[in-house]
Amino acid sequence: MPTRNPENAGAAPVASDGGLDARLVVDRGSFRLDLALTAAPGDVVALLGPNGAGKTTALRALAGLAPLTEGHLRLDGADLRRTAPEARPVGVVFQDYLLFPHLTALDNVAFGPRCRGAGKAEARARAAGWLDRMGLAEHAGSKPRHLSGGQAQRVALARALATHPRLLLLDEPLAALDARTRLEVRAQLRRHLAAFEAVAVLVTHDPLDAMVLADRLMVVEQGRLVQQGSPSDIARHPRTEYIAQLVGLNLYRGRADGHTVRLDAGPAVHTTEDLSGPAFVAFAPGAVTLHRERPTGSSARNLWRCSVAGLESHGDQIRVELTGELPLTADLTTAAAADLDLHQGMTVWAALKATQTHAYPA
Amino acid sequence: MSIRRATPRKTRPRAPGRGVPPALLLPALLGLAFLLVPLLALLLRAPWRSLPEQLTSPQVWEALRLSLVCATTATALSLVVGVPLAWLLARTDFPGRGLVRALVTLPLVLPPVVGGVALLLALGRNGVVGQWLDAWFGITLPFTTTGVVLAETFVAMPFLVISVEGTLRAADPRYEEAATTLGASRFTAFRRVTLPLIAPGVAAGAVLAWARALGEFGATITFAGNFPGRTQTMPLAVYLALQSDPAAAIALSLVLLAVSIAVLAGLRDRWMRAV
Amino acid sequence: MPRSAAWTRRLRRIGAPAAGALLALSACSAPGSEAGPGAGADGAGPAGTVTVFAAASLKESFTELGERFEKAHPGARVAFNFGGSDTLAAGIANGAPADVFAAAGPTPMKLVTDQGLTDGAPSTFARNRLEIATAPGNPHRIDSLQDLADPGLKVVLCDTTVPCGAAARTALTAGGVDVSPASYERDVKSALTKVRLKEADAAVVYRTDVRAAGDTVEGVEFPEAGRAVNDYPLAVLDNAPNPGAAEAFVRLVTSAEGRKVLGEAGFLAP
Repeated sequence: MPTRNPENAGAAPVASDGGLDARLVVDRGSFRLDLALTAAPGDVVALLGPNGAGKTTALRALAGLAPLTEGHLRLDGADLRRTAPEARPVGVVFQDYLLFPHLTALDNVAFGPRCRGAGKAEARARAAGWLDRMGLAEHAGSKPRHLSGGQAQRVALARALATHPRLLLLDEPLAALDARTRLEVRAQLRRHLAAFEAVAVLVTHDPLDAMVLADRLMVVEQGRLVQQGSPSDIARHPRTEYIAQLVGLNLYRGRADGHTVRLDAGPAVHTTEDLSGPAFVAFAPGAVTLHRERPTGSSARNLWRCSVAGLESHGDQIRVELTGELPLTADLTTAAAADLDLHQGMTVWAALKATQTHAYPA
Repeated sequence: MSIRRATPRKTRPRAPGRGVPPALLLPALLGLAFLLVPLLALLLRAPWRSLPEQLTSPQVWEALRLSLVCATTATALSLVVGVPLAWLLARTDFPGRGLVRALVTLPLVLPPVVGGVALLLALGRNGVVGQWLDAWFGITLPFTTTGVVLAETFVAMPFLVISVEGTLRAADPRYEEAATTLGASRFTAFRRVTLPLIAPGVAAGAVLAWARALGEFGATITFAGNFPGRTQTMPLAVYLALQSDPAAAIALSLVLLAVSIAVLAGLRDRWMRAV
Repeated sequence: MPRSAAWTRRLRRIGAPAAGALLALSACSAPGSEAGPGAGADGAGPAGTVTVFAAASLKESFTELGERFEKAHPGARVAFNFGGSDTLAAGIANGAPADVFAAAGPTPMKLVTDQGLTDGAPSTFARNRLEIATAPGNPHRIDSLQDLADPGLKVVLCDTTVPCGAAARTALTAGGVDVSPASYERDVKSALTKVRLKEADAAVVYRTDVRAAGDTVEGVEFPEAGRAVNDYPLAVLDNAPNPGAAEAFVRLVTSAEGRKVLGEAGFLAP
């Protein structure tokens, strides 16, 4: 069973003998990736970040497909920097799986064991075992082009696991799937990753995938780690605009003085937390209420005069982009939006209770 | 390359009202006629009555056998060294790669006779390399069947290399990376993953090379000379027959034509479609 | 050799498309009589372009004669089409616009005369004789045709379908020599090239070819060559576009001056 320690998930575990201990520095023209990465056996770490942040480069560096410019790479105490990629105990599930189109599912999975010295019969027997575990026994003889997206994903996982890697890398493992399959495959993948006894690192730009699959999130932007922690921690305390947007929060940075955070640009926000010094303040768009007239007798401590910059349907809600005193996003029900007769350019009052805000030191 | 049209034929419903524009159809038909009329003329003017007599001559069969053996051996040789060369050009980066690539394709534009002279200067009894082959191993290549194979390989291999390199460039190199992460050495990845993936391109290139080798004349007669049963392939026999007996030349050409059509059609049905 | 009237008929029947293509090519290389036939400005000397179809072995000597002709007759120009005599004959038979035809043997000329395409009977203007070409210094000490029978020697001959090969066969038969050649080369120049590159130890070629090769080969005469001397016939063609200039050129070739130029190239007087 994996060793999960949600209490301490925010701090990177120190891998002394087991697990992964890496500092990946890769220079590629003007782009530089510099990422320290440690994980204990059983950990599932997600690298989350926008496109071009360097996540895939990090994965390729771990697999040995991209050379390190500097840094170190130790897995279970062994230095992998000088180890050829084919000799590394690393398994990779590629974004579009890269199943060998001329081989059956069984031979795809048997490929790794075969390359690592198993006899043909033994390799195939092991492959059959893995396919069985993935619920794909009946597709063993199928060529990849006859597999559904979800099946192909599981074959790719089985292929990567069949070499008993000590480090499993998954590059956007669900990106190639349609929405419906994704839900199902995500749940299966979570089970398989939970059962995996070594280190798993997955790369994704989808916060939901990251939060469902991983114990620990590392947010990477422009080649650097900007935040890491447990999924819930990151969701509650985003430290960059990118993460805040990902988890759907309004996020501001300012200076706290007691129950007030004076924002770097703009007004002050009243909060319940008692802080001092640099701080973030965050609130959910759904916590904001909008009014045509300045509300009187409202219990909301925060009130800003804004104008509607954009409207967008967001599920069964209307997302309103506001500019003015404080640029923010507000979510309204369709009915509430209709009552207000919202249109672009109109002036509204945005109200927010102090209890709905969340302030934390920067 | 029409050979690459390997997928099972599907009857595609034609969209209504989308005829072929005359601006394309007319030149297309003209081109087709230009290619077919000379072949047709060969058939029309063939000495059909004396054909059986022409074709039963043992010299014809000797030349044909020699042609097939040499073209096939040259193709095999091209595959053995040409596919790795194509891989090197497509998958690795080394200084001067562009130049090497251009040099590889040079035999395509070089008049074959010049190619033959170049081979003589390199591999002849007195050639740059050939003198050592002669001195150390007693091997002389001109005027031998081996010489024919080498001349044909020289001229035909570029077709294979170009074709395979193109296929390799179009193939996703990440399959090789996937194989690497599964523990395959670069050679294993090439053998077990890349090669099967590019098989259609290799086959197409091999067919092109074979056809080119079969029709090779200039480099062969220059480097290997002309001796019945040893170095006289069909094109040489045709050329020399043309000097004295055009009817025999046409008969020989028809044999060459028929054999190559049979072989190409056979290959196409057998394994061009498989992948 | 099946060079006969039957061959001619077959050529005309079967080879018509090919000869048609040749005709087009010949028309390109020999621009015909663009200046128009007729006399020069003074109304006496030859003028305009005279188109000469000549055997490849005549290239050096005829080019020289052409220059002399043009120098002597400033209004005239000589356009040459050098090639295999058979190919040239086929071109003429299919209507190529030529004024003069000089062949490397009687057979191709016969193809033209049989169709009545010459203006009068052809005359022999030169003769060519075989020699053995060896590397300079004759390292293998080849002195006679019989020496070529040595199996240790690499000997190349012309293919029997081309004139030098037919002549060599005649000479070898006359001498009772049995040679197993390394190759039957497609023409005399190819055979000579093999000796120049030292790929072959000896080749049976024409005296003129040995002469043209300069220092790069050495010629060895042999008595059997006398049995295979090749006559070079020359004729003005019946439908010559520029008959006046054509006659003048033929006169130059057969004159003492012409003999001298041909003799320097290694040809024997007729």
